[in-house]
Amino acid sequence: MAVTTDTYATPARSFALPKIRTRHVIMVLYLAFMLIPIYWLVKMSLQTNREIMGGFTLWPQNPTLDNYRTILTDRSWYIGYINSITYVVMNTVLSLAVALPAAYAFSRYRFLGDKHLFFWLLTNRMAPPAVFALPFFQLYSSVGLFDTHIAVALAHTLFNVPLAVWILEGFMRGVPKEIDETAYIDGYSFPRFFVKIFMPLIASGIGVAAFFCFMFSWVELLLSRTLTAVNAQPIASIMTRTVGASGIDWGVLAAAGVLTIVPGALVIYFVRNYIAKGFALGRV
Amino acid sequence: MDKVQNNKAWFLVLPVLVLVAFSAVIPLMTVVNYSVQDTFGNNVFFWEGLTWFQEVLTSRQVHSALGRQLMFSGIILAIQIPLGILIALCMPKKGVWASVCLVLMALPLLIPWNVVGTIWQILGRTDIGFLGYTLNSLGISWNYSRNPLHAWIIVVTMDVWHWTSLVALLAYAGLQSIPQAYYQAAKIDQASRWKVFRYIELPKMQGVLLIAILLRFMDSFMIYTEPFVVTGGGPGTATSFLSIDLVKMALGQFDLGPAAAFSIMYFLVILLVSWVFYTVMTNLDKAEGR
Repeated sequence: MAVTTDTYATPARSFALPKIRTRHVIMVLYLAFMLIPIYWLVKMSLQTNREIMGGFTLWPQNPTLDNYRTILTDRSWYIGYINSITYVVMNTVLSLAVALPAAYAFSRYRFLGDKHLFFWLLTNRMAPPAVFALPFFQLYSSVGLFDTHIAVALAHTLFNVPLAVWILEGFMRGVPKEIDETAYIDGYSFPRFFVKIFMPLIASGIGVAAFFCFMFSWVELLLSRTLTAVNAQPIASIMTRTVGASGIDWGVLAAAGVLTIVPGALVIYFVRNYIAKGFALGRV
Repeated sequence: MDKVQNNKAWFLVLPVLVLVAFSAVIPLMTVVNYSVQDTFGNNVFFWEGLTWFQEVLTSRQVHSALGRQLMFSGIILAIQIPLGILIALCMPKKGVWASVCLVLMALPLLIPWNVVGTIWQILGRTDIGFLGYTLNSLGISWNYSRNPLHAWIIVVTMDVWHWTSLVALLAYAGLQSIPQAYYQAAKIDQASRWKVFRYIELPKMQGVLLIAILLRFMDSFMIYTEPFVVTGGGPGTATSFLSIDLVKMALGQFDLGPAAAFSIMYFLVILLVSWVFYTVMTNLDKAEGR
């Protein structure tokens, strides 16, 4: 027996060695392709405009944090980040608050029209923001919400609520139904059971759903730009300010871009194993 | 899981229903309203019937935008799906390096879309951009704001950079679910690497790949911000896709009627693909016995 495994193992090993190398090469090349554009942005954010326009360099000759200082000390700049974070957090809280009970209903019960409703939610996740830009503008103008954070937060629920419902439903049906039944026998009321027992069980699911709501609201520009003018302007549209009469302020533009990447980059480590599940609406 | 019939569950769904109705149904009804009427301002409307639909359906501008859109979606699917599978196969299976790869690959997915556009706009410039400068010094006269082909190359490259990781992550999740025993059995049968891929890995990835294809199709079909920032739809109309045309029509020229008719037909396509998506998803759930 030992002999037979050996005869099989030897060719396999000699065959496997060069294959592993190609794998590594492909992976390294791909990661380089991923990182070069980001590196380039970071590099430019550490340079002065004169140095950027002065000549082509692969790394900053005299690294400076001036561009970041400009953004973080000028209120008209950093207010954009505050605005963005305000509506993104409002949207995340709102989306999760309404999605949690709905996802529970979808994962536990059959009811009249459940499948149609679930499908209808999906169509909203897939709806092109361009279709909604103009009607949203008119709707929120007519109710006096134009240029407020809540308008953008509400507009983003269009795709974030369906996303949260689908992701949470995916996590919830992994929880055995016996747990619910036991809790009811023990005399728990539904709200108490839901908050005290059920939510801790799907804590990771709630975290993932929150991350994806945060992210999709953070990266979206078309709707947030259409619905704001001055008071609730997101950082993304403030960035266009760098194009001035004297040309483009490349260094500050790059620094502003880098600062928009930071929030996602900080939390991605925690959800790394669920990224695929989140993007696939809880279905992997 | 066998679910209990309980119509009281409607109370749990009600908040979602109210919220999404406010942010989806009301705006959609506005669109429907505009699509059959005309106005000269002051909120005075005239019934127009199907005029706008006819205009949009026969408009050469819309036809060519649709053509460009389908070509774009086709090209990026043809690149991203095979590339994503390849990357997923090359990723480390476990350990620290798997985490490192996951995090680094997911980075482009989390960048705001206009920043993605800005990054590539800079990268493609010949004076300060890595890509443009390198191509120029290789003797290619690179100019993406004048040459339509170059504009296409940069928009497609940008999308590949932005979204291939999504396909790779989904395929990777599919690969992770294959039990080790399958590979051992293949080894005993002395199956070639290609056969392992063709008869074990590909069938097991089928479900997630369908999801990946549909998601990529949908999202590329409504792409707006990134090409708008990089090329502004130009040169000429070379890279103006459906959403760019629609926003130009609705918010730029304020042609409400045609824009609304356009929106409704756009939405019907989305509805159709969503339905395919939903069917795939539910069949997948059934196949997994859940």
